[in-house]
Amino acid sequence: MNDLVPELDNFQQKIDDEQRIEPKDWMPEKYRLNLIRQMSQHAHSEVIGMQPEGNWISSAPSLYRKIVLLSKVQDEAGHGLYLYSATETLGITRAEMNARLQSGESKYASIFNYPSLTWADVGAIGWLVDGAAIVNQVSLQRTSYGPYARAMIRICKEESFHQRQGYDIMVKLAEGSPAQREMAQDAINRWWWPSLMMFGPHDSDSVNSQQSMKWKIKRQSNDELRQKFVDQTVQQCEILKLELPDPDLRWNEERQHYDFGEIDWDEFYQVIKGNGHCNRDRIKHHVKAHKEGAWVREAMTAYAGKKAQRKDAA
Amino acid sequence: MTEPDNLSTYVLRLADDAMVLGQRISEWTSNSPNLEEDIANSNVALDYLGRARMLYAYAATMLNTTEDDLAFMRDARQYTNLLMHELPKGDYAFSTVRQFFIDSFDVLYFEQLIHSGDAQLAAIAAKTFKECQYHVRRSRDLMVRLGDGTDESNSRMQTALDELWGYRHELFMDDELETELQQQGVAITRADLQPKWDAAIQDCLTEATLSIPEADWTVSGGRAGVHSEHLGHMLDDMQCLHRSHPGVTW
Amino acid sequence: MSESTLVLFEVFVRSNRGLDHQHVGSVYASDHEQALVNARDVYIRRGEGVSIWVVKTTDIVASQESDVDTFYDPMDDKAYRHAMSYPMPEGVKNI
Repeated sequence: MNDLVPELDNFQQKIDDEQRIEPKDWMPEKYRLNLIRQMSQHAHSEVIGMQPEGNWISSAPSLYRKIVLLSKVQDEAGHGLYLYSATETLGITRAEMNARLQSGESKYASIFNYPSLTWADVGAIGWLVDGAAIVNQVSLQRTSYGPYARAMIRICKEESFHQRQGYDIMVKLAEGSPAQREMAQDAINRWWWPSLMMFGPHDSDSVNSQQSMKWKIKRQSNDELRQKFVDQTVQQCEILKLELPDPDLRWNEERQHYDFGEIDWDEFYQVIKGNGHCNRDRIKHHVKAHKEGAWVREAMTAYAGKKAQRKDAA
Repeated sequence: MTEPDNLSTYVLRLADDAMVLGQRISEWTSNSPNLEEDIANSNVALDYLGRARMLYAYAATMLNTTEDDLAFMRDARQYTNLLMHELPKGDYAFSTVRQFFIDSFDVLYFEQLIHSGDAQLAAIAAKTFKECQYHVRRSRDLMVRLGDGTDESNSRMQTALDELWGYRHELFMDDELETELQQQGVAITRADLQPKWDAAIQDCLTEATLSIPEADWTVSGGRAGVHSEHLGHMLDDMQCLHRSHPGVTW
Repeated sequence: MSESTLVLFEVFVRSNRGLDHQHVGSVYASDHEQALVNARDVYIRRGEGVSIWVVKTTDIVASQESDVDTFYDPMDDKAYRHAMSYPMPEGVKNI
């Protein structure tokens, strides 16, 4: 089939040669749609991801933590915006992406459907959820679509502070009072498995993976990235003297990797399907802010129109 | 904690102003009309919270306590912020008008405070003045856009003006303590700033096709810890976690 | 959807005096002035810039990939424009 479409050969050749695809380049429609799906999902995840932590800004336990958390959540808005910008180069508007998010047609990382119940969750999210996200994003700095790769580079630069501030929260809790330690362990217990799920289904069960690898939209497989995350996190948890909730977790000398237990995929699909605590809340929150802001956006547009008219008249 | 003197009381007042408004602005994070505004609001909130920290830290050295004790362990009756700062964020019009009122005041106030005889305050004022100049540029711009936008936005902005109008008086009230500090070259005479503030507001409202509210009224009491009903609830939310684990490190 | 009435602007940031402005992304705004303010808030949260340009996305005219043969390739054969095409005798300095 490739022979019938010379552009396709040319396109694949570029990708095989590690060149980036840029917005004006010819690309297969499926590549474009695949990217829109993945990039907008990524953008939505940043924006929806503001909520579980954002809920703690008002009651952060110290001024310093409040400021750090606020700037972190602000970064997530920024990252969402970078990614929407990059996605728009594929011929879709932010308004369309928002509509798809709100209608449920477009997804966001399912982990944000879990509730953040205590302050320790802010630490665990920064350390584990952002940690997992970074492993994925570092890999995506080499993704084949230029604007996506550049957004990832910018995001990775900013994101390392996110994971560190999360870990720093965990360190303080782990060194703190019994109640603080307990809070920290409880948060790890609840966020560990969902963090592993963030990398998506096993390679063998992943619907979009193969084509994405061929087009180098994805650079490493779900299982590879997950393993990398586990390997780097175990030691960090040991330093906290807290435990990862997996009895099967142990070093495998032969593989030079950690073995770990089987993920509860039933839970994963249940939460994606809408059976998480916060599926409805997250979208409702987004819709509410969007609706309440409609008059503001309309006013800004109306004002710009009037100003342009006055300029013309003058 | 040492018994507060004039200077530490004054610094605490400024700190409380920044703290309470910073807390209110941060409520827009993930709730703004679009991502651009969301990010901008977080920036402004960060400036205010940063200012609060600097001032609390300074007061804490004088009072032999910590910035967090000052922020988290005092009750609403002990908070001495001006009332306008503590009002719930309301709709975007309300927050914009409040911000513009306060930015317009702060830019005048901190420009003067740079010359305070107290070196620490002068340094904080210098940093704050820079931030305020950007804040007022942004909030004034929004005033005009939303005032002269659509019928709906104009009417919301006018309503917000009406609801906030009577709170402005408190910005310009000098009590005995601040007058004394002013005589010592430490504080600024608030009343002196009013003509310039009035002119800046009038100038902006004209451009924004909004009008000065007809009804005037005055509410005050913030400096004496007599607040709106809202502050206590805001502090409940803000202080609860900190207070439920006494003496720990976060 | 009301965002679609706001306009997309491309943002270019000069990160330090003496450097070129570089494209960093885009923002929505109702006009240039607001775009500038938004770009400041979004793209220089860590003091990454000393100057910003904003340009309406629709005002950018871009070359097409299909132009490559006629647009850029002819420039490809002018090796003499690159310093590397002039081997220098061993030992010559400062050139």
